[in-house]
Parts: sequence; structure tokens; C-alpha cells
Amino acid sequence: MVFYIFRRFVNYFFLSMIATCLAYIVSSLALDPAAKYYGRNPQPSQQTIENILNGLGVNPDVPVLQRLWDWLVNIVVHGSLGTGVNGVSIGDQIISRAGVSLRLLLIGSLIGAIVGVTLGVWGAVRQYKLSDQVVTYGSYLIFATPTFVIGVLLMIGATALNGAAGMQLITFTGEYSAGLTGSWGELALDRGIHLLLPTIALVLIGAAGYSRYQRSVMLDVLSADFIRTARAKGRSRNSALVRHGVRVALIPMSTFFAYSFGTLVSGSIMLEIVFSFHGMGEFALNAISQNDINAVAGTTLFVAILILFSSTLSEVLYAALDPRVRN
Amino acid sequence: MSQTIIEPVNDSADLSKEPLLQIRDLEVGFQTQHGLVPAVRGVSLTLYAGQTLAIVGESGSGKTTTAQAIIKLLAGTGKITGGQILFEGRDLAGLSDKQMQDVRGRLIGYVPQDPMSNLNPVWNIGFQVEEAIKANNVAQGKAAHQRTIQVLQEAGLSDAEDRLKQFPHQFSGGMRQRVLIGIGLSARPKLLIADEPTSALDVTVQRQILDHLGTLTRDYGTSVLFITHDLGLAAERAEQLVVMYKGKVVESGPSLEILANPQHPYTQRLVAAAPSLASRRIQSAKSDAADDVEIFSGGSLDTTLVARAAEREQAAETADLIKVQNISKMYRIRTKGLKYTELLAVNDVSFAIKKGTTTALVGESGSGKSTVAKLLLQLESITSGQIEFDGQDVAGLKGAALLKFRRRVQPVFQDPYGSLDPQYNVGNTIAEPLLAHKIGTSAERQARVRELLDQVSLPWATRYRYPSELSGGQRQRIAVARALALKPDVLVLDEAVSALDVLVQGQILNLLTELQTELGLTYLFITHDLAVVRLVADNVCVMQKGRIVETASTDEVFDSPRESYTQELLAAIPGGNFQFGR
Repeated sequence: MVFYIFRRFVNYFFLSMIATCLAYIVSSLALDPAAKYYGRNPQPSQQTIENILNGLGVNPDVPVLQRLWDWLVNIVVHGSLGTGVNGVSIGDQIISRAGVSLRLLLIGSLIGAIVGVTLGVWGAVRQYKLSDQVVTYGSYLIFATPTFVIGVLLMIGATALNGAAGMQLITFTGEYSAGLTGSWGELALDRGIHLLLPTIALVLIGAAGYSRYQRSVMLDVLSADFIRTARAKGRSRNSALVRHGVRVALIPMSTFFAYSFGTLVSGSIMLEIVFSFHGMGEFALNAISQNDINAVAGTTLFVAILILFSSTLSEVLYAALDPRVRN
Repeated sequence: MSQTIIEPVNDSADLSKEPLLQIRDLEVGFQTQHGLVPAVRGVSLTLYAGQTLAIVGESGSGKTTTAQAIIKLLAGTGKITGGQILFEGRDLAGLSDKQMQDVRGRLIGYVPQDPMSNLNPVWNIGFQVEEAIKANNVAQGKAAHQRTIQVLQEAGLSDAEDRLKQFPHQFSGGMRQRVLIGIGLSARPKLLIADEPTSALDVTVQRQILDHLGTLTRDYGTSVLFITHDLGLAAERAEQLVVMYKGKVVESGPSLEILANPQHPYTQRLVAAAPSLASRRIQSAKSDAADDVEIFSGGSLDTTLVARAAEREQAAETADLIKVQNISKMYRIRTKGLKYTELLAVNDVSFAIKKGTTTALVGESGSGKSTVAKLLLQLESITSGQIEFDGQDVAGLKGAALLKFRRRVQPVFQDPYGSLDPQYNVGNTIAEPLLAHKIGTSAERQARVRELLDQVSLPWATRYRYPSELSGGQRQRIAVARALALKPDVLVLDEAVSALDVLVQGQILNLLTELQTELGLTYLFITHDLAVVRLVADNVCVMQKGRIVETASTDEVFDSPRESYTQELLAAIPGGNFQFGR
């Protein structure tokens, strides 16, 4: 079992490495780091620009594979992801921002998965009943709505709620209220309230996807022979479905969890911007708009590591749920 | 085997009592888009305490639906639309879900058909037995654990205590069936419904398990409702028979009486076609009076087959078409980490087949017989040895030479549901090999399809139909037609009739025999069913654990089997002890 997980981890590790290297090459070829200096007034001399680019390790005159090699060596030897165009170390910038994004992503995807799985099981057991129809149409509606629209709609709803209550019940701009002082608890509560709307948006997106898949897998399992046998043993319908159905139906879902995590990451980038969170999403967008190759590569590495861990986690889940793959 | 038949003393005492189960005019229907389709139409039967009653019928006859209606676990949209199911005088049809829950398991145990799909793959065996014990409140907590071990030991798993934490995939089919029997009997129910409990198992395992089930139910005084498609099995295991056909009971009464003197035409055909019984009759037809032959000529194959057998015996001493010498096949199986163990699936196997004859390869599942077929068909490569076809070494053929070989040696597989592409209509399916080998023009291929459909006795109109619209027997005819499309010399029939009902099985065997004479085909017939072998094979190779343990002519094997393993296989054929039809 441990060996199985380890083997999968190594597998995913190399996949992440390849993905990151490809991202570095693509961003190096597509982005033009010198462009922003040509637009300056007074324009810096050619030599100055060359020096800056060389200092960042993004000079387009150096072959791209050579630059990739230098970048990798720098990571391995100095543990550094290079410096951004603003002169600050990419590693430091990511560390200061990662917490914001991870808080949103982990809470959102976890609750989204739980809500989605529950709704899927519920929908399968009550197939074609009113509650199933509501969940089905609701999830299609969310699927069809762009992430930022969901965010904006939630903001409008929250504003209306605040107006109706006559006080600031839900605050949603930024991660915390600027200048707020107080005890540790008060600060945590403030952050929690700020996190509410983007988390709801992420949960909605996640749950819409999970519930559809969980419903179809569960429907397959419902007609399985062992469910009938469990009922023939004397179990009630519901206990047979929960004890025998859900666990089997979760097995393919654990794989889906790993794949959908990537989608959630991109969804959360949009949400961070809508809700003015200074997280990795904003960082990634700024990096691209500023032609900051090191920052784009660093962001890709960050996401690759997230996906590496979520994939490995899904393998652990798979092995925990299905004894047949353990040896 | 006689020990499994409950002594008549038992039930004569019970006959005076109230029946345990009495079904009156039961009607069950399935709701479809085109309205309610009846599956069970007015079935009545009576089962007394301590008795065993068997419902016999082909697939689709409504026997399983009847059984599932009793415990009200009908599949899909099925529902009881009329009649009564009186269990100890109480009408189960009118009970609520909650009340039914109390009946299931505690009063009526259920042993399902397929040991592979009826145990949940993700829970260990101990859990799955214990939940039955707990759900019926037989015992709780530590006592339930003890009871679990006891139940499994009684079901024949002597090392139950060590295996509680194991999962279904670590058990063999026979072991799983024992677990399911243990679950069915765990609460000591008054009635046990056993729905084809052994049809997925080898004959020898089947015999052990049914013997064991017989002993257990006799000890506990449990009544058994036994569902089977196998007439021989039913006669052997039950004192009362109910024959179902198209949702109706066509005949019922004491087993021996029905088999000795079937009244309904369907029962007569069933008795005549059952190969386990026919395997004895071929013998008698040869030596005994000719009236045997006449009685059964309606649906049986005997007369023609006997004549053919005689013809083939006189067949000229031709050269061997297929010569297999000392072939072995080794598989590497990954165990833990990077380690492998080696499995010798086929171990030093040699045999030869003469042109125009049939050689049967017989053995239990896992004996390596299907692997031999794959090796011969060049679907897998041999590890060592030599395969000669028509004087040419074929092992390791590639490209055009392999394609040429494939033209002459064609397979027919077991599962007619799985071996036909559901997206291809019949005409395209049969024409596909011609297309793959680039033979003929479109019109010529059409003509060939017509000829082939004719040969397998299917109407020309069938060509536009899809596999889902055909019965199992029709599909297997299509599979045979497809195999014949390239005018091969050899057909490798891998369990080609095992998935079919007895009557259909008889038709396909008949067809194969006719085609053999007509086209001079050579068959390698792979089966686990010795009864079928008697009908079609000239020579038999018995396989056990990758080796051929006995090679002889069919008559020799059946009349004087040399190896104890062969004797075991023969003894395990259900219904072998009965004298039918007189």
C-alpha cells in the first residue's frame, strides 16, 4: 500500500516537473520582458535593459533551454525561484500570498466536495423526484454561469442583505478590514466574514460538478447485485444504500477530485480578482500583464505542487476506499 | 449423492400441517414505456416445511422474478400486480416495507446467483456476514463476531477466523458462494431461496457446495426454494418440481414423476434436450431399442448425431491438421512492489487433431484450456514448444503470413453478448472479416452474407438487425456465421454454448455438427461441460492445472475413465444417477 502510494507520487512528481518546465518554456517564448522598458520615458539605454534582463535571467538572446537550465539549477542549488520585475524575490512574494489562496481553495474545495457528493447521492436515491430535478437544474445553471458573474451576483445579494438589515452584516472587499484592531478572535472573525462570499462561490462551482458525477456513479451502484443482497439480509433500503452504495460510488470520485482541483484553481483566480484578494490569482494575472517570466514560472510551479498533492491525496483516498488496489 | 435427497419420511409428517409457503395466482409485471409487461402470469405453488422445491425453466421464464417477488426485492420497475404470497398464513404481498424488512433474512434467507457480483468488493467478508447477523438481531457486539465465525465455519470455511479481514477478491468463486450461503442461513430462516446458487461454478465445486447446502438445510429443518435452469440438478436436489415457461407454471409435482413421465410438451422438450441426460441416451440409443430415438426425435439431436458419430468413426486415417507439441505458457504476475511470481498457465501440453474431427478440451476454470485456445489462435505467444498447422510451424507468424493463418483458423467465443459489437448490424458483423481480409466486391460480400445466414438458419431479413434485438441463441448463430465467413478449416469454439439455455444449446450443437459434415470443418471444442462433449466430440483431452491428464476417444473417456480426476468430473455431472424417459 505504502509502495503503491509512493509509486504514484513519483509518477505525479515527474509529471509536475514536466508541466513546470513546459510552462517555463512557453512563457519565455511568449512573453517579452523587455517591452515595458521600451515604453519608459526617458527610455533606458540598450545596455541598461540588457543588464536588467541578464540580472533576471530572462534575456531573450540566451537560448531558452539554457535559461530553463539556469532556472532549475538556481532552484536546486539556492532554493530560489529568481527575482520578479519589481526586484522582489518570487519565493518571498509567493509565500506571502499563498496563505490567502490556500485558505480559500482548501476550504472551498473541501466543502464543495462534501456538498456535491451529498447532493449527488441524494439525487440518485430520489431519481426524478422534485428534489432531484431542483438539484439537476440548479447545477446546470451554475455550470453555465461564468465564475466572475457568480461572484458579482453574490456581492449584489450581500449588498441587498446589508441594506435590508440596516448594518454591515457581510463585508466582502479584500481579505480583512483595513486598520481593524482588536483581539485575535475578532481579527479571525473579520477574516472569516470576508472569506464567506468567495468560499460560497467556490463551493457552488465545486458542488455543481461533483453532484453530477456522484449522481451518475451512484445510479450505477444502486442497481448492483450486492445492494439487493444487503437488503435480502434484512437491512433497510437506506442503510443498505449508505453502507454499501456510497463507499463504492466514491471510488471513481476520488480520481475526479484530483482532476477537478485544477479547474477549481483557475476558478479561484477569477474570484480573487472579483473580491480584491491579494492572493496567487492576482499574482498570476499581474505576472502575465507585466511580462514577468520568473513570476509566471513560479506560479505554475506552485499550482503544479498543489495538483501533485491533490493527486496523491486522491490516490490515498482510492486505496483507502478500494481494497482491490492495495497490493 | 443420495444423501442430499431428503428422505420421504420427513415430508410425509409435514404434509398434514399448514404449508410454509403458498403462492396463489401471483402476477408480476414490469413497467416499461409501452405499458406494463407481465413477467409472471398466475403462478401458484405450495411448499411444506422441511421440503425442497425446485423451479425449473429457461432464462426469461419468470423463475427468478417469482423468487424475488417473494422477498419483494424485484429489480427495476417490477411490481406485484395480483395474487397472494402466503408465508405461514401471512400475505407477504400486502406487507409494508418495514414489515418486509423483518421477514427478510430472519424468516426467509436468500442465496443469490452470481458469487462475483453479490458480495460488496470494498467491505471485508467478516463485515458482510456480521451485518446480516446484526440486522436480524441474532446477536450483537462480541457475540455477533463469534457467531460470524461460526456461520462461516458451518458454511464450509474452516479457516474462517483468519479470513474475516479478507476481501471478496481474495476468495475463489466457490468460497464466495459458501460465504453467501452462510449469510443466507445466518439467522436460521424457515425458508431459504437459492437462486441458481451454483450456476457460475465448476461442476465439481457445484457438487460439493450443493451437498453441503443439503446437509445444512436438513440439519436445521429449513425449507428450500431452489431456482435452476438445470433439470438434472433440480431432479437431484429437490423432491418437488415446478416447471415454468413464459411466466406460467406448465407442470408441477414430484421430481421423479415429472422426469419419468413429462406431460407438457415444453417439459418433454426440456427432458429431451438436457445434455446431461442425453449423454446417457446416446449410449442406449446405440444398443437399445430404436423407439428411444423416435420418442425424442422432436427436439433432440440424437439420431443425427449417432449417425454422424458412426460416419466419423469410419473416416479415413487422414493426417493431423493441427499438431501441438509440448507447448507451455508462462505469465508473470506482479505481487508486491517490483517483485514478480511466475504462473505456468499451460504446462507441456501436446495433442493432435485430425482433419474433419472434433477434439474437446475439458477442464475446470483455471485449468488453462482457454489459454491453449489463445495460443493456438496466435492471440498470445507461446513460451516454449511448437504448434504445427497443416504441416507448417505457426508459432511466431507475423504480418501477411499471420493474416493468412487467421483466415483458416477462426474463433467463436463464449459470450454472444460480449463478442458482437452493439453498434454493428448483423450484415456488417458477418461481412467484417471479409472486409478485413479485402475479399470480394461489395456485392460479392453481400452474397456471401446471404449464404452464411442461410447456413446458420437465419432469415435474410436479419441482416439489418442489431445484436440487442436478438436472442442469445441467434447471436451465437451470428458469431458462428462470422467465423465461417472466411471459409476456414478450423473453428476454435471456446465455451461456445455454455452461456445458452439447454434448448438453444441443443440447436447450436446440432448446427455445428451439420456444418462440420457439410464443410468438412475441424473443431477444437473447449468446455467445462462434459455432458456437451459426449454429443459432439470424437476425442477428449482432460486438462487439470495446466496439464493434460488424459487423452482418449470420447467413448473411452466416458466408459472407462483412467484418471481419478476424469472420474470426478464425470461423477459431478448433475442428474447422472437418474434414469429418465422411461
